[in-house]
Amino acid sequence: MKIELTKLAHARSGDKGDTANVGVIAFKDEIYPILVREVTQEKVKAHFGEMVKGEVERFELPNLKALNFLLHESLGGGGTLSLMTDAQGKTFSTALLRMKIELTEEEAGSLGIR
Amino acid sequence: MKQKVRVASGQGFWGDLLTAPVEQVRGGQIDYLMLDYLAEVTMSIVQKQRQRDPNAGYARDFVALMREILPDCVEKNIKVLSNAGGVNVEGCAEAIKQTAQELGLGGKLKIGVVTGDDILGRLDEFAAKGIEITNMDTGEPLSAIRDKVQSANVYLGAQPLVEALGKGAQIIVGGRLTDTGLTLAPLMHEFGWTFDDWDRIAAGTIAGHIIECGGQCSGGNCQFDWQNIPDLANIGFPIVEAEASGEFVITKHENTGGIVSVQSVKEQLLYEMGDPQAYITPDVVADFTSINLADDGANRVKVFGIKGNPNTEFYKVSIAYSAGWKAVGTLVYAYPDAYPKAKAADKILRARLEKLGLKFDVILTEFVGVNATHGHLAGEPSPDIPEVQLRFGVRGGSKADVERFTKELAPLILTGPPAVTGFAGGRPKVEEIMAYFPALIPKTLIETKVEIVEA
Repeated sequence: MKIELTKLAHARSGDKGDTANVGVIAFKDEIYPILVREVTQEKVKAHFGEMVKGEVERFELPNLKALNFLLHESLGGGGTLSLMTDAQGKTFSTALLRMKIELTEEEAGSLGIR
Repeated sequence: MKQKVRVASGQGFWGDLLTAPVEQVRGGQIDYLMLDYLAEVTMSIVQKQRQRDPNAGYARDFVALMREILPDCVEKNIKVLSNAGGVNVEGCAEAIKQTAQELGLGGKLKIGVVTGDDILGRLDEFAAKGIEITNMDTGEPLSAIRDKVQSANVYLGAQPLVEALGKGAQIIVGGRLTDTGLTLAPLMHEFGWTFDDWDRIAAGTIAGHIIECGGQCSGGNCQFDWQNIPDLANIGFPIVEAEASGEFVITKHENTGGIVSVQSVKEQLLYEMGDPQAYITPDVVADFTSINLADDGANRVKVFGIKGNPNTEFYKVSIAYSAGWKAVGTLVYAYPDAYPKAKAADKILRARLEKLGLKFDVILTEFVGVNATHGHLAGEPSPDIPEVQLRFGVRGGSKADVERFTKELAPLILTGPPAVTGFAGGRPKVEEIMAYFPALIPKTLIETKVEIVEA
């Protein structure tokens, strides 16, 4: 079954120049392996489409049950150069949480998702 | 040696809650107050202020704050560390000295003045010596933008702050100090941590990262269960309660709002994160994958197990340079057909700008209420959407062209699609763009200076 990532994780995003970062944090420890499997660099890049012009990088933080993504060339130049409402990438976190995630019936059952 | 040292965050950026540092000083016991005033963009702003007025160039809010809390700080022996000095650290220190004297605190406190971060006046000297400064992201040489440079500052770490504390400074002001150093330095000073004790230096640095954005780790901007975060109106700013081992607890004063939880701390840990195994500061390369968090009771999160690696031989330099002009204006279109009307207005405006022959590097249209934050991910809006804000921005090298654009928005009210409003603010403001040129420079070239001024 497919569910929105927002059911499994919370997130925070920020900026470094023209790169937005999104930290995605599993609600529960047992969700983390699902994030590692499903929220891949390629899928995140495809999810954002034209919103991210450069590469997507992913880093794993198993200690925090979290993933960190760098979305390069996504802020219209970044800093004061950008004309975007969200030049600091503050809302990229919730934009990523819209992503649809594939869960097995077993996973959904054990997480109480129906 | 103190068993525990409490470092409180009072300001996450210049413009943050003015009451927060006052409440940190009066709401319970703390040993240190750290205040971060400088975002990247701030350095170029204060540089311009100083060009107009040689006495300006620092965060005047900090002086007003000191007027309010200096008596408390002296009475309770709370030490204050801040990068409020901007590009006029001496001027800021002088203003604090005068304030202390006016409050009758003359002779009762020492001000530590940390300088050496401002290298604007040394760029040509470096060039003459053949020291190349290149953009660490793009590889572009500094010479390409040299004539447009407005400010150039090295990010300094904890070292000069530890020196100032060692000399008995109670109030420390500097310019481009890293926000993490403002928290790390008190811990090094109190616990006698050496500069190569990488794990503890990393611990103090991560403690600094957690509290440097103020309320953003104690319930502010927190997505986890946000509806149930209590009393954000009275949010308590975070406090690090550290031990000599390098373990620390993040907490806040009793009887304050907000929340300090494992989730709120995790969100802040990931804020503006790059490679988590290499969080580079002048002091250390900290490893965020070594961090352990544990619930330690109500509004207490224990942080432990942190590992660090040796620091690098470079300082990061932030160079701001003038990169053209921009202006952004908005109009609001109402139901019915709010979105189609806004889109029609966008088309008309673009046609008029083209007819005028104006040249821009970038034109950006956003429809607030439809796609300004989530772009295409938001999907098509409801046909019944009550209103849409047209947000139209231009950027380019010609100030005249950008200025001419600002006169084309208001005419749309009488000469474009109907049911339009939201123009009360007048013409959009033309702003000069400050772009950033990040670079690395060998530490050996930079001389930091620590002076003590008696108030």
